[in-house]
Amino acid sequence: MIFRVVDLAKQVKVNDAVLTILHPSSFDIVRGASVAIVGASGSGKSTLLGLLAGLDTPSQGTVWLAGQSLTALNEDGRARLRGELIGFVFQSFQLLPNLTALENVMLPLELNGVKQAKQQAQEWLTRVGLAHRQHHRAQQLSGGEQQRVAIARAFVVQPAVLLADEPTGNLDAETGARVIDLLFELNREQGTTLVLVTHDSQLAGRCSQRLNLDAGHLA
Amino acid sequence: MNLLRLAFRLLLRDSRAGELRVLSLAVMLSVAGLAAVHGFGERMQAALSLESNRLLGADLVLVSDHVIDTSVAAAAQAQGLVTAQTMQFPSMISTADNNQLADIKAVGVGYPLRGQLRIAASLSTVDKPAIGIPLAGTVWLAPRLANALNVRVGDGVTVGYRQLRVAALLIDEPDRGGDFFNLAPRLLMNQVDIAATGLVTAGSRVTYRLLVAGASPILAAYQTVLAKNLVRGQRLMAAGDARPELRDVLDKAERYLGLSVLLAVMLAAVAILLAARHFLHRHLDTCALLRCFGASQASIVKLYMWQLALLGVFAAVAGALLGYAGQAILAEILGKLANLTLPPVSVLPFLQATLAGWVLLAGFSLPTLLMLRHTPAMHILRKDAIALDKLGVFAYVTGLFALVALLFWQVQDVTLTGVVLLGLAAVLLVTVTLSALLVLAAGWLGARSAGSWRYGLLNLRRRAGGSVIQISAFTLGLLALLLLTIVRGDLLDNWHATIPAQAPNRFVINIQADQVAPLREFLRQHHIEQAQLYPMIRGRLTAINGREVSSANYADQQTQRLLDREFNLSYAIMLPADTRVIAGRSWQAGDNIEQFSVEQGIADKLHLQLGDSLQFDIAGTPITAKISSLRKVNWDSFKVNFFVIANPPLLQTIPASYITSFYLPPTASSLLNEMVRTYPNLTVIDVSAIMQTIQDMLNRVTTAVQFVFAFSLVAGLLVLYAALAATRDERAVETALWRVLGAKKQQLWQVQLTEFMTIGMLAGILAATGASVIAWGLSTFVFKLVYHIDWWLWISAISVGGVGVSVAGILGLWRISHVPPLVTLRGEY
Repeated sequence: MIFRVVDLAKQVKVNDAVLTILHPSSFDIVRGASVAIVGASGSGKSTLLGLLAGLDTPSQGTVWLAGQSLTALNEDGRARLRGELIGFVFQSFQLLPNLTALENVMLPLELNGVKQAKQQAQEWLTRVGLAHRQHHRAQQLSGGEQQRVAIARAFVVQPAVLLADEPTGNLDAETGARVIDLLFELNREQGTTLVLVTHDSQLAGRCSQRLNLDAGHLA
Repeated sequence: MNLLRLAFRLLLRDSRAGELRVLSLAVMLSVAGLAAVHGFGERMQAALSLESNRLLGADLVLVSDHVIDTSVAAAAQAQGLVTAQTMQFPSMISTADNNQLADIKAVGVGYPLRGQLRIAASLSTVDKPAIGIPLAGTVWLAPRLANALNVRVGDGVTVGYRQLRVAALLIDEPDRGGDFFNLAPRLLMNQVDIAATGLVTAGSRVTYRLLVAGASPILAAYQTVLAKNLVRGQRLMAAGDARPELRDVLDKAERYLGLSVLLAVMLAAVAILLAARHFLHRHLDTCALLRCFGASQASIVKLYMWQLALLGVFAAVAGALLGYAGQAILAEILGKLANLTLPPVSVLPFLQATLAGWVLLAGFSLPTLLMLRHTPAMHILRKDAIALDKLGVFAYVTGLFALVALLFWQVQDVTLTGVVLLGLAAVLLVTVTLSALLVLAAGWLGARSAGSWRYGLLNLRRRAGGSVIQISAFTLGLLALLLLTIVRGDLLDNWHATIPAQAPNRFVINIQADQVAPLREFLRQHHIEQAQLYPMIRGRLTAINGREVSSANYADQQTQRLLDREFNLSYAIMLPADTRVIAGRSWQAGDNIEQFSVEQGIADKLHLQLGDSLQFDIAGTPITAKISSLRKVNWDSFKVNFFVIANPPLLQTIPASYITSFYLPPTASSLLNEMVRTYPNLTVIDVSAIMQTIQDMLNRVTTAVQFVFAFSLVAGLLVLYAALAATRDERAVETALWRVLGAKKQQLWQVQLTEFMTIGMLAGILAATGASVIAWGLSTFVFKLVYHIDWWLWISAISVGGVGVSVAGILGLWRISHVPPLVTLRGEY
């Protein structure tokens, strides 16, 4: 079991009114699984992903990640756990625009004090087919290329979990499909647990588990 | 984790992308400005104190208007100090064909105690240090005097009743004193010849000096005792008192340099603040991303601290280099003026400036950057999850304290810094309040107007916080520039007014009553029309309001000296045309009531008021009348003027000699020879060389002032740039959206122009008002000048603000307007 979610809920205050974004929900995710979080816009998908990653704190309930309660940790503790266990892929890629592709991939390794950062980053760029573009800055790459750099950056730390927020949302269908193929292929090779938020039912269909959200309720 | 390397890489990349331009330029500029002004100041101070002993010709000088008692020198010698004596007075020197007024200095053995005399056999030979002083029976002449008399080494000159032989040309003497105000060229002679010349008799106006030198503790003790026992007509000069005329101009120049630096630093602080804010907003994503990768708050703080530290080091080194060049330029401009050899600059001003730059950087950007550690990681998924600005207040207060402390430490002029800071604080308070109100008003107006203007005005309202910050920043930038321009203009006008073009450059004294009419005719024939001849009568002030006057009643030494001497009195049918009567009224022609008009400065010193009665003793005859007016006299105009003028009925029966002054073009100097041949008793004093020197001095100070002004100008522009850059991203996205929605370019520019123009004009109004108030404070309390309100300031500030901000703003968006909207919206512009 990599994730155990118990009674997890999130409420926010908007102009003195309490808005429930996520109603109390419980579920488990096993190691190596691929999970799709699906639902309409505003159904609470990104909130749930944020809570799973410890990017946000729940109003109630607990998330257990690899046997550790995220709610028991402070922000720095959660950040450390993220650094050790989680890789991210975002809809808007989130590459640092002033850094090269190689430097972007090296970034999480350097933050974790890995000595062979450059070599490993180069290997991963080769695996995603971008060895020839490693010295180009993020701004100079196409959307598909940027997302492949982001995938390399997510896998380079060999995370136990890969969280992806609408990874094909900003890409055309063909490029999106190639990115998804790459994601699943690497997931299989590395034995990573894949949790992705998507609107794409075809993509959701390729996952082993589905979490359907409807106005904050887990169906 | 190698944070330093990462910091270095991010810094390098950010700087390549131009993200750090404002931040590093601001630090560089403040370090450069401070280093230049302080580096130069240090060299000047060192040079002046090194040279001041040499300039006195001793370590300590007792100046006296009467013979100094021999016991004073004996006491010094008894303590192991060395002494020498000099006597100085003006007198006419003659040869068979020529005569010339000379400033005679008779010196005793040992002179000078510090520095050395330099002499030459002729102007074409190289000068060398003199051994000793002129031998008895010989004199050394300044080249100017030798030329005027047409004599060479070996010729004879008549000094009083004695014929003395010219033994050398005197090229340099250490204690020449105020170079600029030595009216007559020097004749150096041996004291033993004085008696034979018969020039010094009882009542002669001679300045006696006792020069003292020796080890400092003994000297200090001796100086303390001497200072306590000074008698009337005596004063002490120690190192530091040399060249007062130079110090005054340099003091004012240094204060202006101080003001420029103060404003440059302040502007740099504002630029840093704005740039740091901008930096913060641009790095939120990076921080959130780093949080996702597991970076702790501490490592994010460390990462940005390293970045700041690295930036600080690079910017400070560049600033220090620029500052080194700056102080060298200042030294080149002003050092020559003082005719001093400046010692090399030490490393201290650069260290201080670097430290100041770091304080500025840390004070104004660290608190802002520290807020980055609070970036919620969730920001990466949801852009709305951000609430950092609440902490801003703390950051700004910390920065402000750092700035105030820094300015007091660096400028070291409490009045100047106080006036500027208080003024700015008031202006800022008013600016923030008013601009907030004006932004609200613009919103109200926008809601009721139509077309593209509507959106421009509404934008102001929508970005209320940003608009207020922008207006305040523009106001500060414009204010500083206006302030420097006003004060600089006032200072330069004041200095240049010192010597008007065609100011009189020749004074003629000793004109006898029967020579007045023919001399006036002589001058008229030679087209010197403006020469006025004034009678001059010498009289001693004996009583005020019937009470006997004694110099002992006045504490001020200068007043005491005035009362111990005779006044030069004059009379005139009307007061001179350029007289400014500040109290009472001037008399009219034919007014038979006997009365005096008194110069304001002397009236203040003697505590005189309108209606007071003055009694003068003129060659044994008492003359009494009341004061009917107080006048302001511009002594710097080089025109003949008098402390006390009477109307004719009071003085016209008393024998008088006459004085005149006029401008003689350089081409007409032969006229003087003819005049002196016709009227041999006249004494002509040539002040053209002095005026040339003063003019040169003012030109150099002006250049220096303009040079430092450039620093502030760049800092001001930097603030304007930073303020614009702060909203550029937001405006770029807006512009792109407008274009997506089908807006024409004209409409786009109209919206932006309305906003920029309103911001610029509001800033212009506020800046002009603030600058006027602070300039008044500075003129009154710091520079002691009269301040006149100039309404053009508002008009020009509003135009410059409106047009300048619009042009700069539009230029900033120009490139973006040519990028496809989609590229802008993707953030790839």
